[in-house]
Amino acid sequence: MLGFVARRLLLAVFVLWGAVTVVFVVVRLVPADPALLMAGETATPEQLAALRAEMGLDQPLIAQYLQYVGNTLTGDFGRSYTQFVPAMDLIAQVLPNTALLALLACLLAVGVSFPLGLLAALRVNRFSDRAVTTLSLTTQSLPGFWIGIVLMLVFSRQLGWLPSAGLDSPQSLILPTITLALPFIAILTRMVRSGLIEVMGEGYITTARSKGLSERTVIFPHAIRNALIPVVTLVGLEFGTLLGGAVITETVFSFPGIGRLLVFSIGVRDYATVQACVVVIAVAFVLVNLFVDLLYGFLDPRVRNSR
Amino acid sequence: MTAALPPMITTTPIATPTTATQTMQRARRARRGVKIRITVPIIIIGLYVIGAITVPVIYGFDPLRTELVDRLKPPGTTLSNGSIAFLGTDQIGQDLFAQMMMGARVSLAVGASTLIFAGLAGVTVGLLAGHFGGWMDTVLMRIADVQLAFPAILLAILLASVLGQGLTNIIIVLSIANWVVFARVTRSQVLALKNREFVEAGRALGAGHFHLIVRTLLPGCVAPILVVATVEFGHVILAEAALSFLGVGVPIGVPSLGSTIQAGTAYLTSAWWISTLPGIALAGLVLATGVLGDALRDFYDPTLRGA
Amino acid sequence: MTEPATARVDSLEGDPPLLRVEGLEVEFSTSAGVLRALDGVSFEVRAGETLAILGESGSGKSVTAQAVMALLPQPAGSIVGGRIWYGGRDIAAEPVKQVRKLCATEIAMIFQDPLSSLNPVFRVGDQVAEPFRRRRGMDKRQALGKALELLKRVGIPNAETRIRDYPHQFSGGQRQRIMIAMAIALKPRLLIADEPTTALDVTVQAQIMDLLADLQAETGMGLILISHDLGVVADVAQRAAIMYAGRVVETGSIREIYDHPAHPYPKGLLESIPSEGARGQRLTPISGSPPNLLAVPSGCPFHPRCEFAIDVCRTDVPMLRRPEGWEAGHEAACHRSEEVL
Repeated sequence: MLGFVARRLLLAVFVLWGAVTVVFVVVRLVPADPALLMAGETATPEQLAALRAEMGLDQPLIAQYLQYVGNTLTGDFGRSYTQFVPAMDLIAQVLPNTALLALLACLLAVGVSFPLGLLAALRVNRFSDRAVTTLSLTTQSLPGFWIGIVLMLVFSRQLGWLPSAGLDSPQSLILPTITLALPFIAILTRMVRSGLIEVMGEGYITTARSKGLSERTVIFPHAIRNALIPVVTLVGLEFGTLLGGAVITETVFSFPGIGRLLVFSIGVRDYATVQACVVVIAVAFVLVNLFVDLLYGFLDPRVRNSR
Repeated sequence: MTAALPPMITTTPIATPTTATQTMQRARRARRGVKIRITVPIIIIGLYVIGAITVPVIYGFDPLRTELVDRLKPPGTTLSNGSIAFLGTDQIGQDLFAQMMMGARVSLAVGASTLIFAGLAGVTVGLLAGHFGGWMDTVLMRIADVQLAFPAILLAILLASVLGQGLTNIIIVLSIANWVVFARVTRSQVLALKNREFVEAGRALGAGHFHLIVRTLLPGCVAPILVVATVEFGHVILAEAALSFLGVGVPIGVPSLGSTIQAGTAYLTSAWWISTLPGIALAGLVLATGVLGDALRDFYDPTLRGA
Repeated sequence: MTEPATARVDSLEGDPPLLRVEGLEVEFSTSAGVLRALDGVSFEVRAGETLAILGESGSGKSVTAQAVMALLPQPAGSIVGGRIWYGGRDIAAEPVKQVRKLCATEIAMIFQDPLSSLNPVFRVGDQVAEPFRRRRGMDKRQALGKALELLKRVGIPNAETRIRDYPHQFSGGQRQRIMIAMAIALKPRLLIADEPTTALDVTVQAQIMDLLADLQAETGMGLILISHDLGVVADVAQRAAIMYAGRVVETGSIREIYDHPAHPYPKGLLESIPSEGARGQRLTPISGSPPNLLAVPSGCPFHPRCEFAIDVCRTDVPMLRRPEGWEAGHEAACHRSEEVL
């Protein structure tokens, strides 16, 4: 188990390093001079030179890279040029909101998709299965932002039941949570369904039945424990989709989160904040996947006991 | 239980007369099911393609034309030039249907080009990693891991923000964000094929790497790649819409479905159709690709058939 | 081998059979059509007796076991005719739920691949203890105590510590021992072993067969041994039923079948096995391949592969009957037993 954890940790560190490097490379890809972009066309050569020095742009690329990695490790992404505060401070203000939104959406998605997937899997090719499958495929085909817009149109503009923007009250969370959760529910339901169908065909299910266990006991815990294993991994991978969805959902609902900060910063070419946002989101994704991998080891003894 | 069923070969059964007819009926129904699920989506996608090519021409669509008297007219309105806008008009008086079909043109073009680039890159990487294994496999797949540490949409946002707006940039961005899927599927298929007798035979006969990869492994990968490509087509179209919605996609003046939806959000209360209808059109296209992808998977992977 | 066979003949007249299957018919609906997996299968097993069901894959031997245990894949497979008598009840007519109550307590089963038959995410101790907990309502400690006894009985070394291990940590033979422990937990009166040694090394095969024989002698349970391997069952079984294309083509005492087969198919099978007496001779394989159950040949399903086939074989389905000159209890489904064999 210890070896397993160590390997996973190593991989996570490696992936994070890669992600941080990719951000560096991409931002350096900018054809224009980043200092010029930040200071604007009207800046004097002296101002530009000062800005370049502050950003370390006058140093060799390797030195810039090392400094950048060092700064990243300490959470220092430089100052935001629109708000004149460290980019990390801006993120710290909104990150809890996004975390709350993502957590609620995850809980909602798991809470809805497990029963739905179970229902579909146990009634394969019957009406309830077809209904669930069709519904999830349709939901998966809808653009997330469009779902948000329609929900907003119906529940806040037309019916006036819920606030359409911001985060002023707990009610403000309802529409963004649903918007974010819906595509996730669709994917997860299909995964739970196909995972369970596969497991129900396994030999140990036949064994469990041959022991005269009730169909209920055959499913809980025999089938579920096994079906859960691949689903958990996929939840981790799809968490990235969820984070991407958060960027869009937050934009639609003007929700004060890291996604809206990112989109806003791109609009005003605040690259320090853009970098910070991207790295923080990547870190969140890697951490969630690390957690999921460890959970995987906990759920599957075969992984746990392998070297 | 394993060996209980003979291979499913469709031949005329000669049992008792009743079971024979029943058998024929069910077999025909099962085959028809997959056929319908393949043909109907293809027809729908075909209609989108035809519409995207012809409708903007027929309507004489010009994205820069503004017709102030015809602004924000609901579906079915007769316009100042005597034509009927059966899906209404937008905030600058454009016919919404023509604009949507123009948007579909962008979506289809971006989707197809992205698939070609991402597919070429991904399949090549997958073939190399799977065939050579060893350090090549490790390096390529670790790169893929890093890539996956970035939620695809986030990477696209980051790249788009750096590269700026433009169709070429969207295609580049989405190709970079999507090659990993192709690489993974190809690699796992190659690994599955690698130890099959006909590949072993090729190796034993002294076939070179190039011959083995192109003549032996690649043909075996076509079916899963086709399935993935179909599903990814929908994903790419959704991603393009999301990027355009966020304002980092198509440049101003190019009406994409995403940007039309975005433009409509300012008029949700007065002109609901601008945001909602393009979303439905988008969903219809993506749903068609999703159903087609599922059907193709069932078609190529008979073990899942009937499950 | 002769000894238990004679012992069985004595009991034959006395007690009624434990399980009696009469004209069992099972159909599967697949996407390629409906196939008849079993077509009029009949046999019986008595307490303390071992019946071997032999046949190629696809002949319906595993389906027979699934039908008895109500384990047919749902909703594809269903019993469409015939009776399964157990304890005075026709369990073929009873709902699955009802039949499952007999599973483990009356009839138990072990399977071909012990690795996939054990749940990979639960400790073996818990899996063996499960029948005691769920069916007998014992508490966890008590049930685990029982499980430990069973694991020791089936010969798992260091059972005290290994009871906490997972299936993948055991060897193939040990896994099958664990399966056996689980199956005999509630002292069933009939055990169905579906190819119990096929997935195992040859040396381990004999150990497992010995274990099964020992347990049978101890408990007096009936044993149905399903196999494709005529050699494996020869020393353990008293009677055999040979299946082909979902039908029983020959049945009788195993000695009789092996010495004087009354059907060309078992005869062909026996001739294709290397044996001590036939050293140096060529082995004769059966030509052709097993029939596709979606397109079972008309008449005798074996006729396309049979060197003795004549017109009647192509049109009329032969019934199981005792050919003239063969011993009582020995039956075969062949039009021409007397003439050609």
